[in-house]
Amino acid sequence: MKHRGLFLLQLGFTLVVCAFLIVPVILSIMAGLTVNYFVGIESGLTLRWVIEVWNGYRDTIFLSIGLSLACLVVTLILGVPAAYVLAKRQTALTRAMEELLVMPVAVPGLATALALIVTYGSLSGFRTSWGFILVGHVLFTLPFMVRSVLAVLSAIDLKTLEEGAASLGAGFWPRFRDIVLPNCRSGILAGSLMVVTLSMGEFNMTWLLHTPFTKTLPVGLADAYASLRLEVGSAYTLVFFLMIMPLLLALQAFAKPRPAKFVAEETE
Amino acid sequence: MTTQAGKPLAIALENCAKTFPDGTRALEPLDFAIHAGETVVFLGPSGCGKTTTLRIIAGLEEPDAGGRVLFDGEDVTRLPIEQRNVGMVFQSYALFPNMTVAGNIGYGLRIRGTQEAALKARVGEMLDMMQIARLADRRIDQLSGGQRQRVALARALAVRPRALLLDEPLTALDAKLRDTLRLDIDSLLRSLGITAIYVTHDQAEAMALGDRIVVMEHGRVAQIGEPREIYQRPATRFVAEFIGTMNRLTGSAKNGVFSCKAGNLPWAEAPANATEILFRPEDIRVAESHEETGLQGTVAAAFFLGDRTRLFVEVGEARPLVIESTARRAFRHGETVRLAIDPRGLVVL
Repeated sequence: MKHRGLFLLQLGFTLVVCAFLIVPVILSIMAGLTVNYFVGIESGLTLRWVIEVWNGYRDTIFLSIGLSLACLVVTLILGVPAAYVLAKRQTALTRAMEELLVMPVAVPGLATALALIVTYGSLSGFRTSWGFILVGHVLFTLPFMVRSVLAVLSAIDLKTLEEGAASLGAGFWPRFRDIVLPNCRSGILAGSLMVVTLSMGEFNMTWLLHTPFTKTLPVGLADAYASLRLEVGSAYTLVFFLMIMPLLLALQAFAKPRPAKFVAEETE
Repeated sequence: MTTQAGKPLAIALENCAKTFPDGTRALEPLDFAIHAGETVVFLGPSGCGKTTTLRIIAGLEEPDAGGRVLFDGEDVTRLPIEQRNVGMVFQSYALFPNMTVAGNIGYGLRIRGTQEAALKARVGEMLDMMQIARLADRRIDQLSGGQRQRVALARALAVRPRALLLDEPLTALDAKLRDTLRLDIDSLLRSLGITAIYVTHDQAEAMALGDRIVVMEHGRVAQIGEPREIYQRPATRFVAEFIGTMNRLTGSAKNGVFSCKAGNLPWAEAPANATEILFRPEDIRVAESHEETGLQGTVAAAFFLGDRTRLFVEVGEARPLVIESTARRAFRHGETVRLAIDPRGLVVL
């Protein structure tokens, strides 16, 4: 049958593409768990490399987690109100600001990092603190928070909802708390997961901004690849996977659009 | 009825105009008083300034400098809507998707710090009044349009507002549901005795609900009056054409007779300078064979509607006359009919 042949062809192609993407991941994970990668799986499985990573690079893991959470807090405080203002005031100025906000995403991370170093590099206390990296991460992740909250706010009739709340006696803060925030919850959640994931994995900028005492997980990873056994680097990747996968899965779950409900008019 | 407290509010607008930042004049200076307990309908096509007027009364817009809004004589011009204690119903309902039906209805009371028990009781009372008790725990996206508007009404009334403002509340609904809800709103406003301001572009809604109607055009008031007055004695051509159907005959008046292409119409009070007369379809009929009449025309179209026949009769004017005939007979296309007009229905503008 003609259709069956076409289906098998498509299935085969899909499987090949999947294999192309997934096989390196599996090999990398296996490499981190094998006793000797060059001998192969026959040499046996071990957690030795994972433990070695934990002992040697524990600090980078904690720093990355702390950094991404700090980054989340800052982007929440800056991004949600910014998105609210952008949604409420549609003027040429706010549209221009919306575009400018995306600049750090478009400009290579190295360039942003260089600009930060040129500008603040001489403030030695700041330069050597993890706060310096945080600034870079916030610059990079803020547009993602603003965009995802803004998308939700633009989809609802925010102005009328607020007018409705005001007509019931709610001033600005109760309105913001009871109406605005709950109704952009999905945007805030999606934005938050995005920010944490991006901050955790950011390498370009961080590589220039870090000091030997402020190494993040991806920087440590590069370090391990460059200077240690392949097994250690792979084990490190495994640790990174374990941290980032739940976040990605959650991101997928929240990004799913809610099915629209059709409600028939009841006879009244 | 026990659901409203206090006496109804009197509202006055003094010299209220509105110019938008881009320079558009949405509302020309308006002076208008709304009596306590009255239902006033602002009627007009889109862009006539009716919604702007409502928003100024609500406190969602400020009038241009020099304008004042008075609630029971007290100046509230600078007071934002949240401090005016007016209930508002929006065309798009503006229900909060993050709350249930009961949550929406109780929100205004919650903001006022009402005790939980009193809040529950009041919400229950409103649910019963709007006959939506079974929907109390539903989410907003699980409601139909008609149900949403009932929730919106219940929410606006739950806080015992001083006045109820309705901005095209039925426009988003289909025709049949509109009729039902219009009846409900009418009996609600009558039983509550609350001051109500209703904005619509639908003249049937305006006629049915308004104690008085304010017809607006291009940011100006075209006419203010009771529905019957507006319908029978329109002040301007715009009002005459906007509300209901108007027939028109052009000609001249002389010695108590108005002469036009269709013939001669005896009219004792005909003003000497009348060159045009207007009248409603129900004031003209097809004359019986024994009647004397000086007018006639040719049937251009006839639609049998069951209880009556809508006739379009060609009389040599720009538009054919519209006649609602209850005669128990059929009309043929091209048939000549003799016409009788009740002079009491004649309007000269």
